Amino acid sequence: MTEALNLGIAAAVLALAIWTVAVRDTFAAVVGFVAYGLLLTLVWVQLAGIDVALTEAALGSGLTGAMLIGAAARLRRTEAAARAERPGVPTRVAAALVAAGVTAALAAAVLALPDPAPTLAPQTAENIAVTGVGNPITAVLLAFRAMDTLLEAIVVLFALIGVWSLAPDRVWGGRPGPRHHADPDGILAYLARVLPPIGLVVGVYIFWVGASLPGGKFQGATILAAMWLLAVTAGLADTPPIGRTWLRIALIAGPVVFIAIGAAGVAFAGAFLAYPDGFAKPLIKIIEWALLPSLALTLALIVAGAPQRPST
Amino acid sequence: MTLALELFTIAAVSAGAVFFLAGTVGLLRFPDALTRLHALTKADNLGLGLVVLGLLPHVDGVLGGLKLIAVWLLTLLAGAAVSQLIARAARRSRPPA
Repeated sequence: MTEALNLGIAAAVLALAIWTVAVRDTFAAVVGFVAYGLLLTLVWVQLAGIDVALTEAALGSGLTGAMLIGAAARLRRTEAAARAERPGVPTRVAAALVAAGVTAALAAAVLALPDPAPTLAPQTAENIAVTGVGNPITAVLLAFRAMDTLLEAIVVLFALIGVWSLAPDRVWGGRPGPRHHADPDGILAYLARVLPPIGLVVGVYIFWVGASLPGGKFQGATILAAMWLLAVTAGLADTPPIGRTWLRIALIAGPVVFIAIGAAGVAFAGAFLAYPDGFAKPLIKIIEWALLPSLALTLALIVAGAPQRPST
Repeated sequence: MTLALELFTIAAVSAGAVFFLAGTVGLLRFPDALTRLHALTKADNLGLGLVVLGLLPHVDGVLGGLKLIAVWLLTLLAGAAVSQLIARAARRSRPPA
């Protein structure tokens, strides 16, 4: 029974992936991509990777989907012209060969994996008590492989700088996105009033349970970002000018706290990002609490896009 | 008692699946955006409602049940709001002849 379900999901993922690549219309491809992400979420649930499933649903499908819809809307005017440009046969044959080669190499790599796959799971399970954290994923992300998480938080910040760098000079330091106006008595404004209180509770809850159950700061921050973007889209809030000092400080506060605690590890525990005995859990909590608002703000501003209006 | 609950679950979830099937058929077969939205929201509202209802006897504890019901209510809210927005956009882009 489960086998049939798994095969069905795998077939649907493959079919949707092919359709997303093959479909000509950009917007349709984005819709396919979002649906593909939601199916991947089911795959991760079937693999018992609930943490990854949550991340895929929130970031991979939701947040990235919102970004791609924005991009598709911007590309709409030039789409017909872009479609008229057809690369020559040699280019297309070369592209097909390279793509097929990469696929074959990936397939060979996956098929060549030793069985059972090498794993550090037993060591993690043995040493998780040291961290005081109940969720092994959180223990890996913030204790055993804290460096990866630190770099992730910084990469997200770099992505935002990349988005901002697309701003024309005259609006540099201005507000991202258009100023939205919606009917204040309309359904969008209603949704933007009703949903954020619920979303805030759900987002903080997902963040909070991350210490002992599936969940965490990235997933929670995405939900918080979505609630703020909903209020912005309904015209109930506006994006801040990106030149504001408080904004810049709020964006870097999380990574700075993370780096500071990591550097303190050199003095007190003998290595960068090492936690002194007995202090692991409170330090992990401080890092998570510091990262949550910075991540929520960074993710929301990435979706909001490059500055388009002067700050006044 | 357990048998009765199992039968209840099978009946409710099956009924929910029927609504999803009918909604999907309607989405594919109905002639315009407004009727397709109608088909889709029926699947979300009643189909998911029946699935949640059928699963309620099997959750551990009151909190799990409340979470399931909250998922259904949030889907109702999102479905109703989004279908209103899509319907408005559809009407604006193609005024009735």
